[in-house]
Amino acid sequence: MELLRQIFIEPFETMIALPDLLLQTLWEGFVSGTLYSLIALGFVLIFKASGVFNFAQGIMVVFAALALVGIHALGVPAYIAVLLTLGVMALLAFTIVRVVLKPLVNQPEIILFMSTIGITFILIAGGQLIFGGEPKAMITTELGLPTGSSDWEVGGGIVIFQHIDIAAALIAALLIAGLALFFNKTKTGRALRAVADDHQAALSVGISLEYIWVVVWFAAGVVALTAGILWAAKSDVSFALQVVALKALPVLVLGGFTSIPGAIVGGLIIGFGEKLFDLYWGSPILGGGTESWFAFIIALIFLLYRPEGLFGEKLIERI
Amino acid sequence: MFYREAGQYKATYEADSAKFPIFQDKLFIWAYLAIGFIAVPFFGNEFFLGAIMIPFLVFTLAAIGLNILTGFTGQISLGTGAFMGVGAYACYKMTLAYPDVNILIFIFASGIFSAIVGMFFGLPSLRIKGFYLVVTTLAAQFFLEWAFIRIPWLYNYNDSGAIEVPQREAFGIIVTGASASAEVRYIICLAVVVIMTWFASNIISGRIGRSWMMIRDMDIAAELMGVRPLYAKLSAFAVSSFYCGVAGALMVFMWLGAAEVESFDYNHSFEVLFMVILGGLGSLLGCFLGAAVIWILPVMIRDWLPPIVDAITPFTINSSQADLVSDIIIGVMIVVFLIMEPLGLARLWAIIKQKLRVWPFPY
Repeated sequence: MELLRQIFIEPFETMIALPDLLLQTLWEGFVSGTLYSLIALGFVLIFKASGVFNFAQGIMVVFAALALVGIHALGVPAYIAVLLTLGVMALLAFTIVRVVLKPLVNQPEIILFMSTIGITFILIAGGQLIFGGEPKAMITTELGLPTGSSDWEVGGGIVIFQHIDIAAALIAALLIAGLALFFNKTKTGRALRAVADDHQAALSVGISLEYIWVVVWFAAGVVALTAGILWAAKSDVSFALQVVALKALPVLVLGGFTSIPGAIVGGLIIGFGEKLFDLYWGSPILGGGTESWFAFIIALIFLLYRPEGLFGEKLIERI
Repeated sequence: MFYREAGQYKATYEADSAKFPIFQDKLFIWAYLAIGFIAVPFFGNEFFLGAIMIPFLVFTLAAIGLNILTGFTGQISLGTGAFMGVGAYACYKMTLAYPDVNILIFIFASGIFSAIVGMFFGLPSLRIKGFYLVVTTLAAQFFLEWAFIRIPWLYNYNDSGAIEVPQREAFGIIVTGASASAEVRYIICLAVVVIMTWFASNIISGRIGRSWMMIRDMDIAAELMGVRPLYAKLSAFAVSSFYCGVAGALMVFMWLGAAEVESFDYNHSFEVLFMVILGGLGSLLGCFLGAAVIWILPVMIRDWLPPIVDAITPFTINSSQADLVSDIIIGVMIVVFLIMEPLGLARLWAIIKQKLRVWPFPY
């Protein structure tokens, strides 16, 4: 009886009694949700274009952020460092496609997936070897990102909006809008969508698969760099981010593996869900720390009822 | 030359379907067992047994567990570390509750707990496969890691949050705890691994194992031929988790002596997956080879690389950098093997054997 009360009544009483806490939690959920969306977006881009489930996306986020900080530490101005980091990501995309993916064309998907786990391992160890393993501060002010915060009084309390969070949401929205434009209005973008639709048909009208793959891995690299900057501005650049990035997997399950809107909506659902659950249910009943698994358990339940996700293509395949 | 099967006739069906049909193979197996049980503990020192051979055996067992699931049934899993943890914590709680019972019984019994948990997290595999399964097994990994921290009953309300292995005896010999000798622990690990490998090889070549492989190769065809996916998949999850659970119990009781959550984190899941990929998907021999490479290579690089780099280049590297180098080498080996020889070291071994059989002719 007490447990039922704790589950079904008390959380809502707290929500009504402390609206500022609720709003603050929702805002935090929104911010981390945007970042999950960004990481998931990188997965979706690559999965759509090449059918590769890129396990290395999480470490690409860390690697991009580390490269940026590392290049800046050499004395390069911040914006040029961003350009150079983009160059590094392009080189990485080219190398992965040429060295790993091209020889593995036509192999079962699971082999490609395992090869990206191998890439993950190389990038983790290589990143630590080149840039060092200790956490580093992101060059937030040098990049012109705002710091500080504003308060908003509501219901007898205050809600704090960190300016970097607002900027993060705006930048993420801009990036997604930019990608949408790129996909719909440019020649390369249309070629990308053609490849995503049907590899063989795209090949037969003269689209170079290898070129498209490099482009799409580079696009995923750009998304990774953005996610890395925004995430690291909130905390630090460290390899712990890589575990957080694994949460993009449940986001994908929720949104569907091939849907860009799905990645965004799924990210927001996971972001809101895990913050609210941890505050109102996880901490009082289960003793806190539920954020590490909440997303995965939601994905597990979701998979049992709707395996194709919210927006994914329905697979007509009985198992 | 010496590896010839000429003149070895098989007169019965039993001889034809024997595990090691060639006489030399039988000889080698007995020789390996003799080396493992007699020569290694006799000549090996404390470090060699405790830091190389015991972990190698523990990881071999975990790799066999994962290989049953991934290599034989085609269901990929990243929850191995957590299932090992379930075994370790179950064994710990049981031996605290009943200190007088032979610890070996509990080591095997802990696999049963792990199997139950594994079956629960394997339920989604009935509706999904491939990458989606990665997500559900990661759910198991993160949820169980959380449970190992947040449920104090599991580590007996210790202040440290770690499990400490108490001293236990089996057959009148001290086998666990600080005063157990490395030789005894090694012999027990080896015996468990040999028994369970023999068991696994029999399951795999039997009806259940064949149904697993049918599911792996083509699930729809398997279903049409009368294999029930429910039983096949869940039994694979159960057996696989059983092996992982026993491996986890061995890891804590025979090797580490004390363990925290970090001993079962998802890095271990990756490590075991790499052993399976590198050794060979769907091969028991591959589990041994993969575990040997992935466990022993970093140890060797850590010892040998820094002095070599010091000697021939102006740079110096410390042992943690050497670890990173071995990580990179392992990552590169994974990619290279997937490209060149997706069936891993076990396949290379089979090729070598085939060459030996027909030597000096090419085929």
